[in-house]
Amino acid sequence: MPPNGQPGVWSGLVGQEPLVEALRPAVGAAQHWLDGRVDAAMTHAWLFTGPPGSGRSTAARSFAGALQCTDGGCGHCAACRQVSAGSHPDVTIVDTAGLTIGVDDVRELVLKAAMTPTVGRWSVILVQDADRLTDQAANAMLKSIEEPAARTLWLLCAPTSDDVMPTIRSRCRQVTLRTPPTRAVAAALESDGVAAALAAFAARASQGHIGRARALARDEQVRNRRREVLALPQRLRDPGDCVRAAHNVHETAKEESEAIAATLEQRELSAHADAWGTGTRGLRARGEPAALAELKRLHKSRRTRLVRDSVDRVLLDLLSAQRDVLRLQSDTHVELVNEEMRAELEGVSHRNRPVRTLRRIEALLGCREAMAANVAPLLALEQAFLRLARA
Amino acid sequence: MAARREILGKLVLVSGSAEFLVQRTVAEWQAELSDQVADADVTHAEAAALDAGALAELTSPSLFAASRGVVIGGIDNLPDDMHGPLVAYAGAPAPDVAMLVLHPGGMKGKALLDRLRGAGVHEIKVEAPKPWKMSAWIAAESRRLGVQIEPAAADLLHRAVGDDIRALAAAVEQLCSDHPGARVDVDLVNRYYEGRAEIKTFDIAERAVAGDAAGALELLRWALGQRVALPLLTAAFAITVRRLIKLAFAPGGLSGGDLAREVGCSPAQLTRLREQTRGWDASGLATALDAVAAADAAVKGGAADPGHAMEHMVLTVTGARVGKPGR
Ligand SMILES: [Zn+2]
Repeated sequence: MPPNGQPGVWSGLVGQEPLVEALRPAVGAAQHWLDGRVDAAMTHAWLFTGPPGSGRSTAARSFAGALQCTDGGCGHCAACRQVSAGSHPDVTIVDTAGLTIGVDDVRELVLKAAMTPTVGRWSVILVQDADRLTDQAANAMLKSIEEPAARTLWLLCAPTSDDVMPTIRSRCRQVTLRTPPTRAVAAALESDGVAAALAAFAARASQGHIGRARALARDEQVRNRRREVLALPQRLRDPGDCVRAAHNVHETAKEESEAIAATLEQRELSAHADAWGTGTRGLRARGEPAALAELKRLHKSRRTRLVRDSVDRVLLDLLSAQRDVLRLQSDTHVELVNEEMRAELEGVSHRNRPVRTLRRIEALLGCREAMAANVAPLLALEQAFLRLARA
Repeated sequence: MAARREILGKLVLVSGSAEFLVQRTVAEWQAELSDQVADADVTHAEAAALDAGALAELTSPSLFAASRGVVIGGIDNLPDDMHGPLVAYAGAPAPDVAMLVLHPGGMKGKALLDRLRGAGVHEIKVEAPKPWKMSAWIAAESRRLGVQIEPAAADLLHRAVGDDIRALAAAVEQLCSDHPGARVDVDLVNRYYEGRAEIKTFDIAERAVAGDAAGALELLRWALGQRVALPLLTAAFAITVRRLIKLAFAPGGLSGGDLAREVGCSPAQLTRLREQTRGWDASGLATALDAVAAADAAVKGGAADPGHAMEHMVLTVTGARVGKPGR
């Protein structure tokens, strides 16, 4: 087996060998279906779940490739390459990039799902963020999932099965990705040409989030920012420090998401202009202002979401350090997420009692919960930092 | 815009992110154009989809009107190969065309902006005022409409309406058209917004931080009766307590405008804020802001009795003071 995981069409996955083994029978059974034999190892609707950054949509895409390939997912034939590039005519990939999936989008998908494949073996609809389906959209999808055309497959991805409507969930076979082991992430980075020490650091610090690990390995700025974040708790001496630290984290989160959002928005606005022909002379078409307003509303909701995600990464980093402290307080020989800060963290672990560390962990977890409940991110951060300082 | 200026044969750049102000500038420009040219034909285009052919078409003589206007939106998205043609056009605009190009501010397309400025185009900057400049902006808006507004009244209006400049501009316009030529003071704004619960959210927060539990609760119950949006209430408390913390623990050596900017208020508000910090210590302020965050979570997480969560917030904040109630 190649060092970075599985051969062929599965090579994009990191540390998901058990999942690949679990899916292999389905790939074989799909061939039986095409040969006209019933085989319960395959089914029409799948739900891929797993923690953020574990590679849910890569797994679903690889599965789609393995099914389209006449060789069970060789990785190099035209079908395999097209699926992995997202250009296969019979694999529709719904990439929401932070927006919700509405009922109109789903109606279009349902139409596609009713068609027989053009060049491939299956007609595959891959929804990368099934957790963003509106209830209405999910309902519009139900019938097609329940009674799909003979050669149609639905592959849905979501963080957990709770994120998908129960009616959808119950009609899908669920497969779950694990948090990739640190060693597997490090090996994948090394095979991309990252030096061993840096790969090991990035793999540990990412806590199994592959995208985050790549960013940490690739971008010095990301590493510096993480270091700054980890130094924060030591600087919270009075409420002024806490409020200012919260302000800085919030501002940085806004800048980070601004950069991402601006690029996506530009692309979507150009697509909008093309679609409505507002680039050329003449009156704006009927319906165009409403569509533009809707697009801008979605942009706003995505920005909100991006800010939350960015703040959450900060909280996860802070949590990792406090958990390291807690580990050191019970067993000094354990491997740390922040191994490179061992001396510092040991100091913290000696100066504080475990109950204090637990209160700090609680403060950070409380902040994640507050943000999930829509508390203003700045206010949630202020509360967390005040609690860290007072713990 | 009082002064009549040449508008045909010119390219005007509008830069800035305040969408409402951009729209208003475009509308004013269009009005001016129709003043100068009867039945002028105005065309809107998005820069992202602009090519050389489209630009030529937009700026060539119209079949239907002798002169006309062209508005090009989002020139930060103008394709790179169109930078040259647009800058060239800016240097030699068609005499019977009035053109407005819009840039939303920010770093994207900065090179194009600099080249247009280099070509000597007239630029109108429309940035939303920072919170600590909002009162001054309200005063300027009022002056535009021929009304004088006192600084304290502008402040109150800002707090009543919030940071949304579209809403603020509408409020100023309403106030000015109802009281032409008047001098607007605090009483007038108060009378004007009587019964509007939003205006009271900061009052409630300020009474609470002053230790006036009874007064804060009375006003809170009234606001709850008016079905004030509870997130506005927790936001007003957050801003109020946050400012106290920022002022009480400001980095040393700041004063005047710098301090106001650090705290996030107007310089005129500093005196009142300083008064409010009396009776507070670090632990009390931390407790207060913690309680506000908890109340925000209760409101947004769908607490069974949000009104109770608000009362609890008010009482925790007033109870966190160490000194005797002020005022
Ligand atoms: Zn293949």
